[in-house]
Amino acid sequence: MKPLRNPGLWLALAFTAAVGAWPAITQSPSSREVTFTILMAVGLASSLNILLGYAGYVSFGHIVFFGLGGYVGIYLVGVLNLPFFVAMILAGLSSGLLAFLLGKALLRLRGAYFALATIGINEVARAFINNFEPFGGPIGITLNFQIYNNYGGAATALWMTYGTLVVVTLIVLFISYMVKSSKFGLALMAIRENENAAEVMGVVTPNAKTWAYVLSAVFPGMIGAIFFFKNGHIEPHDAFRLHMSIEWIVMVMLGGFGTVLGPLIGAAAYQRLRGLLLVSSLFKNIQLAVAGALLLLIILFVPAGVVGWLRHRFTKLRRVLI
Amino acid sequence: MLDILLPSLADGLLLGFVYGLAAMGLTLIWGVMDVINLSHGPIIALGMYGIYLTFTNLGLNPYLAIILVAIAGLLLGVLIYGVAVHRVINAPHLSTLLATFSVNMILIGIGTAVFTTTPRNIDFSLGSVTMGPITLPGKRIAAALAALLVTGLLYLFLYRSRPGKHIRAVTDNRAAAELMGIRSSMILALSFGLGTMLAAISGGLIATFFPFTILSGGGYELKSFVIGVLGGLGNPLGALLGGLILGALEGIIPVFMKTTWVPVLEFILFVLILLIRPSGLLGKKS
Repeated sequence: MKPLRNPGLWLALAFTAAVGAWPAITQSPSSREVTFTILMAVGLASSLNILLGYAGYVSFGHIVFFGLGGYVGIYLVGVLNLPFFVAMILAGLSSGLLAFLLGKALLRLRGAYFALATIGINEVARAFINNFEPFGGPIGITLNFQIYNNYGGAATALWMTYGTLVVVTLIVLFISYMVKSSKFGLALMAIRENENAAEVMGVVTPNAKTWAYVLSAVFPGMIGAIFFFKNGHIEPHDAFRLHMSIEWIVMVMLGGFGTVLGPLIGAAAYQRLRGLLLVSSLFKNIQLAVAGALLLLIILFVPAGVVGWLRHRFTKLRRVLI
Repeated sequence: MLDILLPSLADGLLLGFVYGLAAMGLTLIWGVMDVINLSHGPIIALGMYGIYLTFTNLGLNPYLAIILVAIAGLLLGVLIYGVAVHRVINAPHLSTLLATFSVNMILIGIGTAVFTTTPRNIDFSLGSVTMGPITLPGKRIAAALAALLVTGLLYLFLYRSRPGKHIRAVTDNRAAAELMGIRSSMILALSFGLGTMLAAISGGLIATFFPFTILSGGGYELKSFVIGVLGGLGNPLGALLGGLILGALEGIIPVFMKTTWVPVLEFILFVLILLIRPSGLLGKKS
């Protein structure tokens, strides 16, 4: 079957587009904000899945690309007065470049050593930006409110960032699927199953891993630029929150790692759940503990995640459950 | 110059013993079962609260309370192993990393709800000792001595007692140890317990001189990673050496540049060691 004829892909894209369009149809800012966090999580988790799910490399510090993208984006818009879309693309590219350089060095490490090194990289980045005066050091950068006038005022700018996020999320999902159904994706999955064997079979593993790392870093960079442009302010503590990048891993695992639909379902479910827990008076204070317990149950009993479990259970659906 | 450097260095080295103790817990667990314990940080923080609660509520001497904290840490570790780690012990790294991380989330979540994030500190004094240009707070010296004592006891346990020998046998080769009649599940649970016990003790010692919240453990967990990698993951004595190196760096760097640069240099060192000598300074060349 031609990869582009898979109904699963189009269903997923149509569903995401419909969810994305809903706030615009109802013109409701509150549902826009809720959908924003969900779509952001979907985009970030799907990006991470390219490295984590396909190639099997655990990156705990993936947030570094989100934070760097945010900083580059805000710096270009706020200090150098570049248009937002140019800044966003450049933010994505600079995250990709960082991933390329890091990948060349770090991807020689395997397993837990790589995971530890990525934590180290995130901490270096946070501590470095904290001392880096052009980026405002510990205070960070705040956008001048006037900037939003270039985009038709603050209210319109919010809708614009939202629309951009919807498009970026759709692109991430599409690319995630294209990678999975390509020879490149096959190479990554071979690395995940057995790196030595993959190498013997002719996969140039250092290149494949580096490109997977780059691809999984570009979109978090762009999403970081969108998020912090909308936020209007960035500081090291917000930009490099290690916890957030581990939440992405939870989303990927919840939905099913190594699948296209998994991160989509996992991220949406996790964000909804978090939203519900945060407003419930009973769980508000221990929402982190509830999320942790949920993650533990998944790891122990359903390690393949929702989509993996469904694929295992209903073999007929495998063609659609990509 | 020297009169600033020496006290700062001595201070850092004393702290290094306590850091080393925390890292020893992490590295022991890694050595025995190839698990990176991401719940290390909250356990350090719980150790801090253990001392705080016994001191403020019962008026117990913190150095006596350490014994209680140690026992609680050991039991908590065995519990965590049984609930979260045992089922995935043979699964890929991702599973154990995430399982211990979910324990981290649970502990932090409950801890935040119970203790809130108001900073606490333990208010008592041991005076200070002056040697030439160096004045050292008594609490730091006591903590360093306690850390050395615990390290000595750990070595006696690992090399002189039967369960200790079993732990080393399981570290060397789990399958062979099982064939020799060692019940490896028990030994793994015990090792995990010992690892968390060391974390809790180091937390308790740190609490005697630094203010803390339930989230404070995270920073020490990261330091433990750095130290563990410096000394070679799986090598307890290396962890003590790594702790001293890190302590010395923390003492020396602020003399020459702003304190905020300390973590930058620490983590650059960490990544470099991982890349150049992943087996650590004391480890064999790979």
